[in-house]
Amino acid sequence: MKSAVEIVRDIKQGATTASAELERSLEAIHARNEELNVFVHVDETAARETAARIDERVVQGEDPGALAGVPIALKDNLCRIGVPTTAGSRILEGWKPPYSATVVDLLLAAGAVPVGTTNMDEFAMGSSTETSYYGPTRNPLDPSRVPGGSSGGSAAAVAAGMTPISLGSDTGGSIRQPAALCGIVGVKPTYGLVSRYGLIAFASSLDQIGPFATNVTDAALVLETIAGHDPRDSTSLPEPAPSLVSVIESGVAGKRVALVRELVDGADADVVDAVQRAADALREAGATIVELSIPECRLGLSAYYLIAPAEASSNLARYDGVRYGLRVDAEDVSAMNEATRTLGFGAEVKRRIMLGTYALSAGYYDAYYGQALKVRTQMIDAFRSAYREADVLLGATAPSVAFKFGEKMSNPLAMYLSDVFTIPTNLAGDAAISVPFGTGEAGLPIGVQLLGPGRSEAQLFAAGRVLELARESS
Amino acid sequence: MATPLRREDVAKVAKLARLSLSEEELDTFTEQLGQILEHANDIAALNLDDIVATAHPFGLINVVRDDILVPCLPVDDVLGMAPDAEDGRFAVPRIMGEAP
Repeated sequence: MKSAVEIVRDIKQGATTASAELERSLEAIHARNEELNVFVHVDETAARETAARIDERVVQGEDPGALAGVPIALKDNLCRIGVPTTAGSRILEGWKPPYSATVVDLLLAAGAVPVGTTNMDEFAMGSSTETSYYGPTRNPLDPSRVPGGSSGGSAAAVAAGMTPISLGSDTGGSIRQPAALCGIVGVKPTYGLVSRYGLIAFASSLDQIGPFATNVTDAALVLETIAGHDPRDSTSLPEPAPSLVSVIESGVAGKRVALVRELVDGADADVVDAVQRAADALREAGATIVELSIPECRLGLSAYYLIAPAEASSNLARYDGVRYGLRVDAEDVSAMNEATRTLGFGAEVKRRIMLGTYALSAGYYDAYYGQALKVRTQMIDAFRSAYREADVLLGATAPSVAFKFGEKMSNPLAMYLSDVFTIPTNLAGDAAISVPFGTGEAGLPIGVQLLGPGRSEAQLFAAGRVLELARESS
Repeated sequence: MATPLRREDVAKVAKLARLSLSEEELDTFTEQLGQILEHANDIAALNLDDIVATAHPFGLINVVRDDILVPCLPVDDVLGMAPDAEDGRFAVPRIMGEAP
């Protein structure tokens, strides 16, 4: 499969057309979507119309945009006007948003061609896509294993060569972990860098939209396109999108990279080994490698599994059968609300709603939610100190390679531990990127994670690019 | 340290969250949520009296804009998504009980 950068270049030079690239993408989808369950909705007619418009612009001599003619897959929690959007839930089956997410508008303005929406854990709650009402997605590299989650469909779309790029959302690792398990690049941008307008909310103080790609440069190109202030998201950062692609070859010479003990502890031996080799590669490229301990990371999981469910219990109160989505009729409005939510939500969503409701309830608020918010302060302070010692932090993305279906479904806590290395970044509001580096058990890919303070994306992409070059030359 | 989660606690939060659970689900959720909360006891037990709580990574400031009229979503589009609508309004089953 061609990279996004190559497609844009070839289209602008007239060496290919957006329509031809789209047909290639649709062929790859037809070949494996039934087996892998990557897309929940493919919009061929609309995609063909979009591609034809790009080709027309090229013929007219107009600038077709930074992502001209690049097929892209969108996670099923990103609203697009008139296109069925479900967030992996029965409660939104058949719902068509009356407006589009800001990221969707930005992608279309840049000439990208959305081909469809991808499967995900219900309301992004999960690490394997197994909680989707629409069935799990299979890992293209080994269909007996999960692709990771919650953005498993978007990761699988890129890993299976169906689209060169895709968008996901990351609340506790939902972009980075599936990127690692599928052997591709995944980015969790600084909180507020990308507008959340039109993203179906899970935990609003943690959610962030970001790209998947086969390589670091494509990921940077997508992030440049979707970033920037949006007046429709009051939490969006005030500045315009940063320049990322132009500085991607900046390297790491003279940079201080810290290997964080808590971000590898408990990982499988082959994962620890890959992180060590990544450190070696960065050292060879001129970085200074130090070791660092951030003990606060150990409390991240507990804090996250109180804060995220608390916010979710509030955000998901809107699904009550009144204004949109499923309604199960009953004799009065309370019974209707209850019957609708009981049928419409799956077990994991119910678990988190109840956990959040409990953590926020009188008598437990201080012990759980209140304490979690204070741990969040400690986490932010701890990372701030770490970034005085180092420019970039290094660790594992996930504790193991892709696991088998059913392995963690009966034990929610075991599933939650899949996100133990990714959660701290969301709590701190910082940026992180997962880059494939080496393989482990059964030849499956391993992802290493590069973390930086807020607004450090340019530096993270440059470091990721160093690892990509080291991988290619080894 | 908080007390262990009981079956009646789960029944209560389910009711608050407008979810009905079968007897079997009540057992399963009590066990699973109990495990998660037990894990969370590591932070419930900390002494964090001097720490300020953070609800949002960069702190939230109130954002205001000039009071200029802009178009909103068309009413028909919005009501068109509703399970039931009547006379330009969302329609729901009865809210009040019968008059005595």
